[in-house]
Amino acid sequence: MEKRDFHIIAETGIHARPATLLVQAASKFGSDVNLEYNGKSVNLKSIMGVMSLGVGQNADVTITAEGDDEKDALDAIADTMKKEGLAE
Amino acid sequence: MTKTLKGIAASDGIAIAPAYLLVEPDLSFSKSSVDDVEAEVARYKDAIKTSTTEVEKIRDVAKKSLGEEESQVFEAHLMILNDPEFTGAIENEIKDSKINAEAALDETAQKFIQIFESMTDNPYMQERAADVRDVSKRIMAHLLGKELPNPASIDHEVIVVAHDLTPSDTAQLNKKYVKGFITDIGGRTAHSAIMARSLELPAVVGTDSITKDVKNGDMLIDDGLDGVAIIDPSDDQVADYKKKGEAFLKQKAEWKKLKDEPSVTADGKQFTIAANIGTPNDMPGVHENGAEAVGLYRTEFLYMDSSNFPTEDDQFEAYKKVIEGMNGKQVIIRTMDIGGDKHLDYWDLPDEMNPFLGVRAIRLSLKNEKIFRTQLRALLRASAYGKLGIMFPMIGTLAELRQAKAILNDEKQKLVEKGVKIGDDLQVGMMIEVPAAAVLADQFAKEVDFFSIGTNDLIQYTMAADRGNDNLSYLYQPYNPSVLRLIKHTIDSAHENGIWCGMCGEAAGDNTMFPILLSMGLDEYSMSATSILRIRSLMKKFDTKDLKELANEACFVSETAEENEKLVNDLMKKIDK
Repeated sequence: MEKRDFHIIAETGIHARPATLLVQAASKFGSDVNLEYNGKSVNLKSIMGVMSLGVGQNADVTITAEGDDEKDALDAIADTMKKEGLAE
Repeated sequence: MTKTLKGIAASDGIAIAPAYLLVEPDLSFSKSSVDDVEAEVARYKDAIKTSTTEVEKIRDVAKKSLGEEESQVFEAHLMILNDPEFTGAIENEIKDSKINAEAALDETAQKFIQIFESMTDNPYMQERAADVRDVSKRIMAHLLGKELPNPASIDHEVIVVAHDLTPSDTAQLNKKYVKGFITDIGGRTAHSAIMARSLELPAVVGTDSITKDVKNGDMLIDDGLDGVAIIDPSDDQVADYKKKGEAFLKQKAEWKKLKDEPSVTADGKQFTIAANIGTPNDMPGVHENGAEAVGLYRTEFLYMDSSNFPTEDDQFEAYKKVIEGMNGKQVIIRTMDIGGDKHLDYWDLPDEMNPFLGVRAIRLSLKNEKIFRTQLRALLRASAYGKLGIMFPMIGTLAELRQAKAILNDEKQKLVEKGVKIGDDLQVGMMIEVPAAAVLADQFAKEVDFFSIGTNDLIQYTMAADRGNDNLSYLYQPYNPSVLRLIKHTIDSAHENGIWCGMCGEAAGDNTMFPILLSMGLDEYSMSATSILRIRSLMKKFDTKDLKELANEACFVSETAEENEKLVNDLMKKIDK
């Protein structure tokens, strides 16, 4: 299992378009991808799940991936995070 | 069978096309328990599949006809339809609680809607609640075997028929195929009416019953000029309305040519035709119709469209935007006209027996100086960005005017001391809408830079008839000699004292009233932006020399409003010859 921590810097948190892009990035891979925040974990392939977490600015989140392409999945997600100015 | 409905003419033009009913079917259901859980899940999955195919189709049509951006919403719908947390939760609910798919769908959707709607600090998330609602409605319709209207997939010319149209409804409409609107409810300022005017589509609103009287595909005539909707018209009616529509378009094209022309009479006398606006968003219409000024900016919308008193900076930004947008042309901004029929949710004002004769407009401002001073400061600061006129509404006595001016000067002084720049061209004027002020116009004229006559109120107060009372509509008489004498006295008094006089009521853009006003020498005519080019074209027909006697005849020879209508009609016949 791959695991990575992110510190959210985007002013609006994980909302709106970036959330959609994260879900799209995760959905390209076969691995199970989860987003953990505040003791709750949701499927990162679910826009409804991601958005219902209400991740705001300065939140610390953990993303895990498990499967054949787990490393590629996390790389792609980290890439999206950076490109969209979501996290550092 | 042919049926004619009368409504409110909300947007000019004529359309003839089949009806497209934008009405939601009844999606109520009852909760029940199921034994064959597997079959119920299969039925549910089927509804998801059909919904997905349907939304994909709508998205493709929308992308082609409305563009990439408008089709984005359907991408979001597809994501929800295929969202594991959402569809998975519904499936689990069917299995765990052994309930029917409708109930499981409704419960799960409500849960998500509540989560999103509770994020009140985030409008984006609240909009997602609407997406979940839309998607659930679609799945529900398929479960119940009902058909939802899909406005985004309209692919032939139609007239959209609805109870009312919301912004999200109109966003999905393909402007290429939608030829007009007809609704059950609403007035000239309803969203559907404003939308229709900005799209230049004919619209009739407030027909009460169009959604009940018409079926999908019924032929319709949508007469936005006279506020008439005809269902299943005869061939003769279709031919007549085609002619009427063509004549209107021809005339509109003629008027458009006058956009950048000055407003002059046949003998070269120049006047100002200005626009009435409610918000800075009205500015495109002001420019497209060639307004030479803004004659009335109704600031009460700033207060009404807000959940609390607008701050000085909020107001300043709005005023500045309009003033700058006019590039040096004058902007008359009226201080708030709250009270009467205009109320604010956040301002608890005492109930009154006669609100129109009560504490409204300047009376309310003078009783609530703090709120008034905030508005005046915002106006004074904005005056540096162009040519501003500040106008007080509902002034009845010189004492009220002097008090309002004293407060304005006090605020001005304070700002100047702080080094804030105030516009050199700033003018201070008043509305003439209380008969007492019209009668004493000669005295008021010595203390202001301009007058602007508000006809709707001046008429209702002169005739002592509530303009909202249908039983008294016969007393709403703009052409009554009594009203005309007050108007003439106001204009004459202004000119004798070297100030200008305008009119910002509906009457300024009225074809019958206009020649009388022109004859009186009114300087500025302020009206809905869409009336400007019609009046500019009408102005060109008159030689002021031929109008010399009209004002006196209308005020002092005629005894009734009807005589004055005839007077103008006869004059028009002579001129058109």
